[in-house]
Order: sequence, then C-alpha cells, then structure tokens
Amino acid sequence: MEANIHFPDPSKVREELTQRYPAKVAKKRTKSIIINDPETIPEVQANVRTVPGIITQRGCSYAGCKGVVLGPTRDIVNIVHGPIGCSFYAWLTRRNQTRPETPEHENYITYCFSTDMQEENVVFGGEKKLKQAIQEAYDLFHPKSIAIFSTCPVGLIGDDVHAASKEMREKFGDCNVFGFSCEGYRGVSQSAGHHIANNGVFKHMVGRNNTIKEGKFKLNLLGEYNIGGDAFEIERIFEKAGITLVASFSGNSTVGQLENAHTADLNVIMCHRSINYMGEMMETKYGIPWMKVNFVGAESTAKSLRKIAEYFGDEELKAKVEEVIAEEMPKVKAVIDDIRPRTEGKTAMLFVGGSRAHHYQDLFTELGMTTVAAGYEFAHRDDYEGRHVLPSIKVDADSKNIEELKIVADPELYQPRKTEAELEALKEKGLEINGYEGMMKQMMKKSLVVDDVSHYESEKLIEIYKPDIFCAGIKEKYVVQKMGVPLKQLHSYDYGGPYTGFVGATNFYRDIDRMVNNPVWKLIKAPWETAGNGKGAELEASYVTQ
Amino acid sequence: MLLRHTPKEVIAREGLTINPAKTCQPIGAMYAALGIHGCLPHSHGSQGCCSYHRSTLTRHYKEPVMAATSSFTEGASVFGGQANLLAAIETIFSVYEPDIIAVHSTCLSETIGDDLQQITKKAKDDGKIPEGKYVIYASTPSFVGSHVTGYANMVTGIAEQFAQSTGEKKEQINIIAGWMEPSDMREIKKLSKELGVKIVLFPDTSDVLDAPQTGKHVFYPKGGTTVEELKSIGDSSSSLALGCISAEPAAIALDKKCKVPFETVDMPIGLSATDRFIMSLSKAAGVEVPDEITAERGRLIDVMTDMEQYFYGKKVALFGDPDQIIPLTEFLLDLNMKPIHIVSGTPGQRFEKRMKEILRRIPEANFKNGLNADMFLLHQWMKNEPVDLLIGNTYGKYIARDENVPFLRFGFPILDRIGHSYFPNIGYSGSLRLLEKILNAFMDRQDREALEEKFELVM
Ligand code: SF4
Ligand code: SF4
Repeated sequence: MEANIHFPDPSKVREELTQRYPAKVAKKRTKSIIINDPETIPEVQANVRTVPGIITQRGCSYAGCKGVVLGPTRDIVNIVHGPIGCSFYAWLTRRNQTRPETPEHENYITYCFSTDMQEENVVFGGEKKLKQAIQEAYDLFHPKSIAIFSTCPVGLIGDDVHAASKEMREKFGDCNVFGFSCEGYRGVSQSAGHHIANNGVFKHMVGRNNTIKEGKFKLNLLGEYNIGGDAFEIERIFEKAGITLVASFSGNSTVGQLENAHTADLNVIMCHRSINYMGEMMETKYGIPWMKVNFVGAESTAKSLRKIAEYFGDEELKAKVEEVIAEEMPKVKAVIDDIRPRTEGKTAMLFVGGSRAHHYQDLFTELGMTTVAAGYEFAHRDDYEGRHVLPSIKVDADSKNIEELKIVADPELYQPRKTEAELEALKEKGLEINGYEGMMKQMMKKSLVVDDVSHYESEKLIEIYKPDIFCAGIKEKYVVQKMGVPLKQLHSYDYGGPYTGFVGATNFYRDIDRMVNNPVWKLIKAPWETAGNGKGAELEASYVTQ
Repeated sequence: MLLRHTPKEVIAREGLTINPAKTCQPIGAMYAALGIHGCLPHSHGSQGCCSYHRSTLTRHYKEPVMAATSSFTEGASVFGGQANLLAAIETIFSVYEPDIIAVHSTCLSETIGDDLQQITKKAKDDGKIPEGKYVIYASTPSFVGSHVTGYANMVTGIAEQFAQSTGEKKEQINIIAGWMEPSDMREIKKLSKELGVKIVLFPDTSDVLDAPQTGKHVFYPKGGTTVEELKSIGDSSSSLALGCISAEPAAIALDKKCKVPFETVDMPIGLSATDRFIMSLSKAAGVEVPDEITAERGRLIDVMTDMEQYFYGKKVALFGDPDQIIPLTEFLLDLNMKPIHIVSGTPGQRFEKRMKEILRRIPEANFKNGLNADMFLLHQWMKNEPVDLLIGNTYGKYIARDENVPFLRFGFPILDRIGHSYFPNIGYSGSLRLLEKILNAFMDRQDREALEEKFELVM
C-alpha cells in the first residue's frame, strides 16, 4: 500500500507549517509535529500548553469532565456552578443518546442546570446560592444523584463545592451529592477534566452496590459515550454474543450501573485517553483487569470480540462470537464491496479528540483509504507512542495539581479475576491487557503526526497534501469545507451514526462515499469562472435561421 | 416526553436556573467583533470559553468563526493574564495578520481583575501592535448581563475606540445594529439605499457569516464595517440605535465622545416597529419615503388582512432576547394574536417597562426577564395555560414536542435549521416572511391533525 501514496518531503512540510510563527513558538510547535516511523516510534510532544493566541481546537477541563464523562449518564442532575455560559454551551451539544427503561424513567439529559452566578456571588462567595440550587433541584426532582461542576471563577473565589455537596448529601440522606473541581483553567485541555471526572466517579459512585448481576461473561465498557447511538450498537452485539454489560462509562448509562461496575470481571476500554484512570483504579482496588479494544471498524469489532472471548477463555463464548461475526460480516461485505472501488486510494487526515484520530483510521483502512496525517486534540504521549512510554513522561506544572488518587486493594472486594500468569499468557496472545500500543504504531512510515494542530497548520496541511477528506470538529468543519475539502465531524458525526460495530461501519462507509464523491464539490466554480469571463468573449454559437 | 420532569406547579426558585433563556456575555462580544472588517475576536481567559463560543456561533451560522484565546492555565489564573495576552497579541499579528484584534474578557480574567485597557496600552508601548493595526477591547464578565449585553459592550467599545471627530460633519447617519442576523443587516442596507440615505452600519456581519463557497477559505471575508468607516462615525450627523439593550449603549457612548445625537428605535421586526424605523431614518436624513417602500409595506398589510382569521386570538408563548421579542410581541398583537407567556434571560428594567406598555390589552399575560426567567418556567406556564404557538431558539423544540405545539424558530441560537442568515426577519419583507412561517406552522398542523370529515382542500 505504501507505494501508492506519495508523501511530500516531511521535513519541508514541518518547516512550512511553522515558518510564520515567532521563533519561540516555532521551536515549541516543531516538537509536536513529528514524522512517523512505526518501527522506532519517535517522541511526540503532547499534553502541553497551547501557545496563547494560537487558534486551537482545544476546550477546557470542565468540558472534559461534565461534557464528556458525566454528561451521558441520564439519571444524575448535573448542576454547573458558575456563570450561565458554561452550562448553556454544554447543553445537548454532545449528542449523547440514551434509552431509559421506560418513558417514565429518569432522564435529565435534556435539561440544563446552572447556578447562574452573579457578581455578588463572585464578590461574596457563591456557596450559599449553590446550596440553595441543590435544595431546589432536590425538591423538584428527587433524583438519586446530583453532581456539581465548578467553572473557572469558582476555584478562584474559593467556593468549596465538596463541602457544600457533603453537607447537602448528609442533609438529604437519600440523594448522593458530590462535586468536581473541574475549573476550565486546570490542566491544558479537556484531558484534565477526564482525569478529575474519573476520580470523582470512582470515589463517589463505583462500589456502592454489591449486587451481583446474572451472567457468565460480565464486563464494563469504558470510554464509550454513545454519540449517535454508538453504545446501542455495541450493546446489540454484546447481547447477541451472550456478553453481559454491567456498566457503560458512560454512554446510555445510569447511576445504578456505575455503582455496580466493580462486580464485572473485565473492563474493556474504547477511549483510552478519557477513561484509562478508571481502568487502572478498578484493577488496583477490585482486581479487574482492563483491556484496550476498538469497536470502530468492522474488522476491529470482530477482533475485539475475539479478544473478549479469549480473555474469558470459554469455548462456548468463542463459538458464539464466531457465529455472530459470521452472521454480521456478510452484510458489511456487501456494502464495502459496492463502495470500496469509489474510495480506494483516497487520502484522509484526522485531527480530533483523544482516541478517535486513531480508531477511525481502521475504518479508512477498510475503505482502502490512507491516513496521511493525524493527531489528537488533547491526548498524551502514551496515546501516540504507546503506554510503555508512561514512566518517561515528565509531569509538568500544569498537570501536577490534578489529583492522583491513592488507591489500594479493597480489603473485602479485591479479588483478582486472573492470575499474573494467566494475564501474561493472554498478553502473549496479543491481547492489550492493561496496555495500549498507541496510534503511531499503526500509521505508515513518513506519515505526519501533529499534536494539538492549529488552524494555521491545518490550512497549510490541506494545501500541501490536498486530502480527499479531513476529520475534525465543528469549529473546523466549515473552514475546511470552504477550501473545497469535505470535513467529517468525529465529535458529532455530522448528526449521523452510529459508527461503531458492524452496522456502524456500514453507516460510515456510506457517509464517506457520499462525502468524497459528492458531485457538489465539482460545482463550486461558476461556469464563467472556469470558461473565462463573459466580458469581451465572442458568442460561441448563434441562432441559425433556416 | 423528553422534558418529563417539568412539573405543572410553579415553585419560585432563587438558586437554580433550568434551561436558560440566555447565555454569556463573551459570545455576544465575539459576534459583534466579527462584524468589523479584518478583525479577529480574542477571548481573554481559558480556552474553553473560546471553544464554546466559536462552536455555538459555528453551529448557528454553518460558517467559519475564527477567534483566538489567551489559553489561561492555572498559573495565569493565579498571577494574572497579562503575559498571556501580550504573547497572544504578538502571535496573532504574526500568524493571522488581522487589522484589528478585538479582545473581550471572560469570567476568569474578570475575577482575577485583569485590566484590558492597561494591558492593551502596554502592548502598544512595548511595540507589539504593528503600525496601522489596532487592539480594541470590551469588558464582558458573564456574571453580569447576558450575551446581549456582551454584544452591546463590544459595540460600545468599537464606537468609543474608533470614532474620531474631525470637527467637520459628514452627511451620513450611523445605524447601530442591535444583535441581528447578517441577513437583517443586509436588509437594513437595502432599505437605507431605497430611502436614499447614506449610512454607516456597524457592526455588519453580512458577507462575513454568510460568505459564499468559493473553494477558498478567506480568513477575513469581504464584509464587515471598515476601520475607515468606523473612524468616521464621530462625524456623522446622527445615530439610530436599533434596540435599547444591544445598540443604545454604543449610541450613548458615541454621543458622549463625539457629540453625535441619537435616537433609539426598536429593531424593525413587524409592521409597527418597521414603520417607526422608516419614519425615524427618513426624518433624520430629511428624505421622503419612496413609493417602493410604501408598496412593500402595503404587501405586508395585504397579507395581514387576507389571512386575519388565522391569527385571531391565537395564544403564543415566546422566549428570546429583549430587543427582538419586544417588537415581535407588538407584531403578534398587530396580528390580533395573544402573546401570553414571555421570558427573556437578559436582565434590565427596560424590558418590563416596554412589555407592560405593549401588553396592556392582555392583562393575563405572564412575562419575566432576568434571573430565573428561564425556559423551565415558560414551559410550566404553558402547562398551566396552553398555547397555539411557541416562538424561540432551537432549544424550544423539546417543549414544542412534549406539548405538541407548533414551533417557530426565531432568535439565537438556531442550531438545526438554515435560513436565518440568508433571509431577513426585519423590515416589511422580513415581517412577511415571519408571517408566512407562522401561518405555515398553524396550517401544517391543521393538515396533519384535522379529522377526515373536516379535512378540506382549503381550511
Ligand atoms: S466562564 Fe464565563 S465566559 Fe466562559 S463560558 Fe462560562 S460563562 Fe461564558
Ligand atoms: S474555560 Fe472555564 S469559564 Fe470557560 S467554559 Fe471552561 S469552565 Fe467555563
């Protein structure tokens, strides 16, 4: 495949991408623009501050905490403590679908709650208003859980959301109230918020309900947020294969699921960046191993299912999984056989998120397309280079103050699901147990890896590589399309999806086929722009009289 | 029911806002700044705010929305954001080459107490602002006001920081646009041209947020009020501010600085408000209203008379921004409809005063603005007294679906439809469009729900 793709001289590309920057900025950015070599993976500077003034894709810690991790759980009342905007913008914009058990069951996802902090609250403190808000939420809804999210001013004025939560929790007795210090200035991106969310969910939810769910093969699905119904498709496949889903973190989830998650026997991780902490902590405290999987891509889905079956080591399950794959694959094949001739040989760029830029490469591979450049918006080095680099990652001042919970084995509930030897044997078989190899190993030699790509760099990249499709988010969507290149949103999926599993793969194939082959891209130029201006031109034909 | 937890019984709330009918100041400032040619808005705070504002504006317009951020981290939050802003200014001028950077503050930088005036002055003194380029600013903490006042603050900043008086008056009138769509601004220019009045419209997002697809991304699109024009507003004969909340503060500031007298009128939404706009503008310029505009008005009135039976007595709930919903409410009354539930999250007494006047005929009408005037309350009111039509931004669709009420998308943001940036809602033709949409909403429902024996070709 490599032979078909002509990569421009990568070092020249790098130079071009950074030449406009002030010298210091250029020096910094150069370390995040890397020419890949899957054999000896080079170091990528990641999870560092964005240079002020750079037009970045990144958001804030609050977005990662409330928007990403906690947002999809339907029966928590999520109150944003701060001025109105932060809550407003995170209102229904992430497309977390959810399916309550009945039309009467709790679902607060459609609601937006805020303390709408005013100047006097900033000056005199906002705790009183916060407690009032919690009380009102409780009186109105009597939810099982209320979560409080701090936005930027809250940390500065010194409101103690944890104390306020505790006070109200104790007052109510039947409602679990807890807070998150996820002020937007913490860390350097959404990533800090993921970590803060993981800590809070682990501390305040996981382990509260020890009921053992029925089922032979019980797992949790971590880092899957049910955008466009992704989790629904994975749930469908699990059910078909006889795999029991205890909890999903957090697409289509409930408080009850999360509180019961520690009774599962395996954690499978989709988005490593946003949820790996949870996997680690559950392993330490309860002895549940975690394994990296990927349900984006039909082949990847099949592979992940086989890995799960291998983990449980049950012949019946293995047979069942093969049966499911055998049943699903022909439908996928019928679609890809039709589409692939039209997508084969085309190129893609992916600059998005903390795992999607990796996962979606599998779908492009299935379409016969090559990823010429990719990067994450808020990932860390381990998401690029693999978890083996973890010991060598230097924690800088921006990340240092994000709490690392000290977890120890639970005296009663710790129960290793597999022995060390068993885990080693599984790793031998290629299962990414407690591990993740990262994105770069899968990318071609000489392809480009850019962390936290800036607007300026992406325009340059498009000019140089002229990709057939560019994947990013809403802020980039129309910029790139104005350049005549279709942009696939990989946060909101352009309101399509699901893209996971077998059904999702076919949805994605169709969408990409539609986008890269849409005749509209050829209609952009007006006829008089391509054929020369009408001014002064002779009429080409004239009406011929008989 | 997607809003199944909303009870009918209204209990007063003081701490909790649910489903807000407003958002925060900086997004308004960002929108206003996009209406200056060659301007890059800059958000002084953490990068989350900027990301959210850009995303929301992008969803609303389906257009590039460029803006930079000071990318605060914890250090900046403790020690102040001056270093970040200075670095940002340097980077922006070298990488994105705008003519103007329009800085607005955020909750964070305001809580820290960053002084934008002082920092931008320092940038100038340190030579970080290239010759012929500008850095302007507006203070927009979101624990005050709303997105509407944020817009007003930036427009005021634009007026204050660009206007000059040379001592020689120009034969031109400033029209200060309240928060309206690019399509509306285009319509203002069209109407002024028909009237034969030379105007400077600011801000002006037409040809910025409705830019054509050309296969090339133009970082600073062709539209927007130019620096030259903005410098000249101090010499204009007068100003007309469209909207008492979003436009008037700039007119006041300009009057203070350059002695430009002003008049504030409502945004020309609906018949009466457009009448007043045309009257004021023609009077200010001393021109006669041409027949074409009278005919346009006549067409609107014609439809209002032709279709009056469909409007009569219809109850309406609406939410949105004061400068839009004040004239819209008046229009609904002109149509003989009954606006009975109205909320606006934007604080200020002007709203209450105007609404009281306008709604004299409907003593039972509920209206509220400011704190806790949110969509949750509006929905509760609707449960107590149902309506025939709901008007508001996209978030209203959840209420409309639950209550099975026809829904007219109007205001900001409209995330799930197009049209607002291309077709005006103001002036006589814009009002005609609104009227058509209201009619369609009623009639589509009739066509869908009428009993078979009552279903007719024309109903
Ligand atoms: S912190 Fe303030 S400026 Fe930023 S999004 Fe929230 S409300 Fe708006
Ligand atoms: S950066 Fe701070 S203020 Fe801005 S959206 Fe995030 S939490 Fe809110």
